[in-house]
Amino acid sequence: MADTGPQVPRLFGGPSGWISVAVPLVLFIWFLQFIPAIAAGETLRWSIEWVPSLDVAISFWLDGLSLTFALLITGIGALVTLYSAQYLGTQPQYPRFILFLMAFMIGMLGLVLADNLLALFVFWEVTTISSYLLIGYLADEAKSRRSALQALLVTGTGGLAFLAGIVLIGFAAGSFELSEIRDVELRDHPWIVAISILFLAGAFTKSAQFPFHFWLPNAMAAPTPVSAYLHSATMVKAGIYLMARMNPTLGGTDLWFWSLTIAGGFTAVFASILAMRQSDIKQVLAYTTLMALGTLTLFIGAGTSAAIKGAMLFLIVHSLYKAALFLMIGIVDHRTGSREAEVLSGLSRKMPLTALAAVLAALSMAGIPPLIGFIGKEFLYKAALSMPTAQLWITGTAFAASALMFAVGGIVALRPFFGKLGDTPKAPREGPIAMLVGPLILAGLGLALGVNSDWAETLVRPATAAVYGSPVAVDLYLYKEVNAALILSLVTFATGIVLYLGHRRLRARLASIESWNPIHFDRGWDRFLDGFAAFAKWQAQKLQHGVLRRYIFVIFAFLGVTAAYAMWLRDAWQVQFDFTGVAFRDWAVLIFITAGAFVTATANSRMTAVAALGVVGIGVALIFIMFGAPDVAITQLLVETLVVVLVALAMLKLPYLNPKKIAEIRGWDALVAILVGTTSAIVLLASMAEPLDRRLTDYFELTSWPEAYGRNVVNVILVDFRALDTFGEIAVVMIAALGAFVLLRGTPKGEEK
Amino acid sequence: MSWYLATPIILPFATAVLAFLFRNTPEGRYISVAGSIGTLIAAVILMGQVLDQGVVAAQMGGWPAPFGITLVADYLSAVMVVITAITGLAVAVYSIGDITERMDQLGFHALFQVLIAGVTGAFLTGDLFNLYVWFEVMLISSFGLLVLGGSKQQLDAGIKYVTLNLISTILFLSGIGLLYGMTGTLNMADLAGSVDRIQDQGTLTVIATMFLIGFGVKAAVFPLFFWLPASYHTPSFAVSAVFAGLLTKVGVYALIRMFTLVFDTDVAFTHTLLLWIAGFTMVTGVLGAAAQTDFRKILSFHIVSQIGYMVLGLALFTPLALVGAVFYLVHHIIVKANLFLIAGVAQRISGSTELGAIGGLYKGAPFLALLFLIPAFSLAGFPPLSGFWAKYVLVKAALEVEGWIIAGVALAVGLLTIYSMTKIWGQAFWKPHPEGYVPTLATLPAGQKLALMTPITALAIMTVLIGVFPQPFVSFAETSAAQLLDPTLYIETVLRLNAPLDAITAPATALPEVTQ
Repeated sequence: MADTGPQVPRLFGGPSGWISVAVPLVLFIWFLQFIPAIAAGETLRWSIEWVPSLDVAISFWLDGLSLTFALLITGIGALVTLYSAQYLGTQPQYPRFILFLMAFMIGMLGLVLADNLLALFVFWEVTTISSYLLIGYLADEAKSRRSALQALLVTGTGGLAFLAGIVLIGFAAGSFELSEIRDVELRDHPWIVAISILFLAGAFTKSAQFPFHFWLPNAMAAPTPVSAYLHSATMVKAGIYLMARMNPTLGGTDLWFWSLTIAGGFTAVFASILAMRQSDIKQVLAYTTLMALGTLTLFIGAGTSAAIKGAMLFLIVHSLYKAALFLMIGIVDHRTGSREAEVLSGLSRKMPLTALAAVLAALSMAGIPPLIGFIGKEFLYKAALSMPTAQLWITGTAFAASALMFAVGGIVALRPFFGKLGDTPKAPREGPIAMLVGPLILAGLGLALGVNSDWAETLVRPATAAVYGSPVAVDLYLYKEVNAALILSLVTFATGIVLYLGHRRLRARLASIESWNPIHFDRGWDRFLDGFAAFAKWQAQKLQHGVLRRYIFVIFAFLGVTAAYAMWLRDAWQVQFDFTGVAFRDWAVLIFITAGAFVTATANSRMTAVAALGVVGIGVALIFIMFGAPDVAITQLLVETLVVVLVALAMLKLPYLNPKKIAEIRGWDALVAILVGTTSAIVLLASMAEPLDRRLTDYFELTSWPEAYGRNVVNVILVDFRALDTFGEIAVVMIAALGAFVLLRGTPKGEEK
Repeated sequence: MSWYLATPIILPFATAVLAFLFRNTPEGRYISVAGSIGTLIAAVILMGQVLDQGVVAAQMGGWPAPFGITLVADYLSAVMVVITAITGLAVAVYSIGDITERMDQLGFHALFQVLIAGVTGAFLTGDLFNLYVWFEVMLISSFGLLVLGGSKQQLDAGIKYVTLNLISTILFLSGIGLLYGMTGTLNMADLAGSVDRIQDQGTLTVIATMFLIGFGVKAAVFPLFFWLPASYHTPSFAVSAVFAGLLTKVGVYALIRMFTLVFDTDVAFTHTLLLWIAGFTMVTGVLGAAAQTDFRKILSFHIVSQIGYMVLGLALFTPLALVGAVFYLVHHIIVKANLFLIAGVAQRISGSTELGAIGGLYKGAPFLALLFLIPAFSLAGFPPLSGFWAKYVLVKAALEVEGWIIAGVALAVGLLTIYSMTKIWGQAFWKPHPEGYVPTLATLPAGQKLALMTPITALAIMTVLIGVFPQPFVSFAETSAAQLLDPTLYIETVLRLNAPLDAITAPATALPEVTQ
């Protein structure tokens, strides 16, 4: 993939490359200086206001946990960007790639350093967006686009739940600052269950815990540096970070313990088995990442000091070996054109340095001494065996996952590099130095930390204290005595060897199981999205069907029903009918109008309806005359006549109505009409019952002549008291004329489609 | 009379007249831009006055309230006027690159400027009947803009638009009549006190419901929104941008104004009704968007959905919720208008707005892609963009009153918003163009590119700025919400209860003596 595009030789991919390496490197060195203070048990805070009205501050908090993460993010970040400069530096979209990668790094750093939960959330979502854009880097491929969307929607869903959880914990604890929240006892709060579930929804989706695991292997559609950095070493650990960070506050409840241990344990074993199923080594690594995330969840959930200690150590161990392995397979892919376990073989002679990195990292993954991975596994076993509850489950799942990891180590480091040289699409040769630096350093660190295990202690100790909530003694060692954990390790190796030897048969067996397994998350996802789209389409068509008459019907029906409901609820439907003083001519006009309206509503021809409507208009004009407004009546008559004539003319062009069709809908229309008519009449009568306030009328009558110099009050109202209304209405008439001009002149002659 | 309240209305009218006179020459469009700049300056001056005094009011023609017509600006009105002027300027510039000479000659700029005048008038008036007049001005000028171009599709849209909006106007007018019959006044500040004196409060609730539905049609809430998705995808892009930004927001503004100032008499009924409406509006709008495959149709349904959030802020009726509503209004106008402007550029260089027929914009037009991502992700509520704060405040306000379900709905709708925004992104930007070419901005003439991209860039920068520095906007919204919940200053300023009497104007309180 990196060989496409123009091959412009640029050192480190030009300025984007230089900057992208320098920034994390400088930050890494800067963070190193805090190790002594943090190892001594200090925590550092730094804060500026951001949105004080919403209690949002950009506040940072450096303790053992955040420092460990910060070092991993910047350290691995520098190596990955160096690697990317070589891997992608010649591509035209490289600067964009670096932009997203840097945005991600800043987001990730902010996430682990933030003290304010809302600031943390902001950074959390920054990682979500940049991950989306990075997974979709190869946007021409439908697979990349699908994977990017899947990752975004799954983690986005969790993110929104997390946001709700943040709001709730803010109300419950009275603060959004993590350093203050951890001093508040929330375990008895009535919202603790809701808060825990919402936080875990965020953490589980981000860290791909079962049943939200399926997006992570798909995210491997991203370029290898992204897989190594985001989807293995850092971003997917954001959920782990969150659980670790919240452990002192939310941990210790049954809900917390069982959700984490069950989801974590299940994910670890399930993912390890699926890892054995894969033949693409990048996919194998993707599933082992799931396994590691499951293991971390399992042990954070277990919650004892030993378990936290083991989890923190394993966090570092995994980041080192997994990033190294991902970068390694990127080199292999780059140089041979293949990532298939069945194709690659015997590469160690052509690619000795790559092989060295692969073997060292795989040894750490398999948990073989003297690498740090061995110590990591030992401490997990020790913690599992000393669990007061769920000892069998935790030990069993940890054992199963470790044994499978041992076998996977063989698949990714032994098979491709040893034996007979395989037939690869490209002739293999050693990778470029800029790409080798990263995996060699990371894998070498696995060895160095294993031999000098007290180096790791300086970070694991404060990190454990931060997660456990109080200081914990940490003493890491390769060997002290023969104990249950060591024996379990030996059993693990034996099981692992058996699994490795039989892995091809196992893969075939797993493939056949998979073929009849009805529950397939990834396909289920597609079905879910399709179903959702179908539902959305169905509802859109139900609502927005395009028939104007039905739109009108719905609006009036809604009006009638809500108004009637309001009347009934507020007892506003009892009005007094007072027929005294209604003269004969009033009745006559009333009957005249009602008859007109009735004919309009029941006519089967448009012409009749329009004519009858004209009758109604004339009736209204009569009312104006009766109440002493002959000028308004004249206007009304003119307008009515004009409307009838114009509409009748227009209707000559329309087709005849279909009486059958009209009959079908008329019943409902009548119902709504009666409802709206009745409620309107009641409201009108009720409002007339209110004593008349004549302030405005009196004022106008009194001031019309002395102050506005006009004897006709109506005219004065129009041109003086309420001149702005008249101005607006004149504008309306002018614009209506312009609109008619637009309609008549603007219709292109040819475009009568 | 305070000139700074009237100038933001007068200037667009004057610009309209001039632009119409010069409609056949290229000067017309530059007059429109210059006028829009003037309107923006006038709006900013008004904002300065409001920031200084809290609420400013003026009586048109010098007739005292409640007898003459009041123009009044509190924080909400002032910010709406400013944002209208900003949108107006952005669209005026954009239209240089978007509107054809033929449309210019048919009077596009006159219609457009009158629309801006109508919108501004609606935000500034303190008189209920005058508000109706501005609604009329808006309706007729927007109809002209909608059918400008005269395709059959536009005419169909225009008929639906006008018919359904006329129903809204009739309801509004009937409501005014009934309310006047019960209180004898049209001045909104005066109504605030008068409605409390009505004996038949039950009937007042029914009248409030009529107003709610009348404004609800304007605001395009469920189940009254049909006119919006039926019409917004048909006119030119400049027109749909200004519609998308402003028209529905006038309805929302009217709802907020009337249901805080006047109809706060039966909150248990009216605001519960609003809450239901808000929920259904959010959900049906976003589902409608999910079903569309056209750039502009997706955006149109999203307007509906987002209106739901603003109504939610009003419905919850707490200080925080109103902060959310006001913030949402401002954020949404900028973001939504911009998305429509971007759709126009996308259509211009890639050939269509139908998502299946376009693609490759990410590869060929990365700058446009970036400018799309900002408002799109802001709309979806991603931090640190403006939409995040808007959504966060509303969700917090809902959870504060333990409205679990509505908070869940607001969050879920946010997720579905992401879904349809990424649909546009995935199809129009990421996917290769089905015809195999890579669309680029380079195909646009330099002048046109400048006219189209400048407003888009400016609006995107504003979105980022509001997102990164939300504090001043939140503080502003807080003051605004406080003014809405306690309109004492508004009422006193309009009715001059604490101002010295001058020689001619008779204060409202003195009137009973005159009638004796």
